Amino acid sequence: MAERDHLEPGEQSPALARRFDEMLAEDDRIEPRDWMPDAYRATLIRQIAQHAHSEIIGMQPEANWITRAPSLRRKAILMAKVQDEAGHGLYLYGAAETLGVDRRDLLELLNTRKQRYSSIFNYPTTSWADVGAIGWLVDGAAITNQVPLCRCSYGPYARAMVRICKEESFHQRQGFDLLLTLSKGTAEQHAMAQDAVNRWWWPSLMMFGPPDDQSPNSAQSMAWGIKRFSNDELRQKFVDMTVPQADVLGLSLPDPELTLDGQTGHYRFGPIDWDEFARVLKGGGPCNEQRIAHRVKAHDEGEWVRQAAAAHAAKHAPVRALKPATEAVA
Amino acid sequence: MNEIVEPPPPQKLAGPPPPQRLAGPPLWEVFIRGRRGLSHVHAGSLHAPDAEMALRNARDVYTRRGEGVSIWVVPSVAICASSPDEKDPFFAPAADKVYRHPTFYTLPEEVRQM
Ligand SMILES: [Fe+2]
Ligand SMILES: [Fe+2]
Repeated sequence: MAERDHLEPGEQSPALARRFDEMLAEDDRIEPRDWMPDAYRATLIRQIAQHAHSEIIGMQPEANWITRAPSLRRKAILMAKVQDEAGHGLYLYGAAETLGVDRRDLLELLNTRKQRYSSIFNYPTTSWADVGAIGWLVDGAAITNQVPLCRCSYGPYARAMVRICKEESFHQRQGFDLLLTLSKGTAEQHAMAQDAVNRWWWPSLMMFGPPDDQSPNSAQSMAWGIKRFSNDELRQKFVDMTVPQADVLGLSLPDPELTLDGQTGHYRFGPIDWDEFARVLKGGGPCNEQRIAHRVKAHDEGEWVRQAAAAHAAKHAPVRALKPATEAVA
Repeated sequence: MNEIVEPPPPQKLAGPPPPQRLAGPPLWEVFIRGRRGLSHVHAGSLHAPDAEMALRNARDVYTRRGEGVSIWVVPSVAICASSPDEKDPFFAPAADKVYRHPTFYTLPEEVRQM
């Protein structure tokens, strides 16, 4: 509880360091007030913050279609999904705060482009079918990444991930359902679904990060129990899961080299354009500017709400303090 | 018994925010009763300017799928916590009293149920 309490970063003690290593070795969870190495804390803060940023920036490409959803049912589903993503952001900012940072500082780092979010959200949603492709592929890739994080060594992060994973399965299914409906619809609708999958397939594979031999921090994250599988392992898992689903959808994946390797039982896929990944990550994607500008605008336009809520709280605080407890709660 | 670990250094808790900056909305711990008959369980935390907003935010953040029938919100600063080290001597008195558990006692065969 009181998860904000923590030892000051930088405090050292060989016995505590030994305890930390023992707990990792026993696959025990590290909790907020436990001693932890500074680098472990810093890595978690960065990873959880960037994860949280991805959740809230990820609301934008889909929210783009809320007003134009083709039916009330689809609109309600999409609103629920986008609201979930806001919730995911909040769980994760909460988990990051247990490490001794302030959510406001993290949002400032996002707004000033000093911290990143998943580069997938820098691609535009140009048709309604993109909502389906995002649910199926982007949320699908996110689930593949996130399920092992439910066993992450840091307790609050792992608990947030359990909650998130439960909600993500609806996200993926509604996307699949949407694409299936389009795929089985008119020729025009089918083409729209195929076009969306063509555009989202490769960026989804990039979501797992650079190949293992170019991912210098992975080994340390594995040793700390933050990461349980390598980028390439997770990517392969996702491809193996997704290819048969594309068949059910009656849609093809835009990779002529995609073949089932009878020996390994895994699908082999073509080369990923890592130059594109680097370019989009550095800010050169189609929507980088737009996403941050929108985020900053929403933050600034919400300032009066925060001020009003604080003023209201201040005005009513003395009254509340005098009110006696009316029931024994436990 | 585990080896005796060196006691942790005195806890330094997160101090108040630096004076030049306005404090943000306070942190609340959220406890949710999943259904009648169960106790409230810690679900997570959130920021809100007052208790009323904290309850509303807790409903939106933690009970979007009927996860709760009752919510408590408690200012995080109001919670006193024991030492983070679960192997701390604080819990030691419970560790060596095996006779507190029913399995400590072997019953004669004839006793079928107890
Ligand atoms: Fe999410
Ligand atoms: Fe999602």
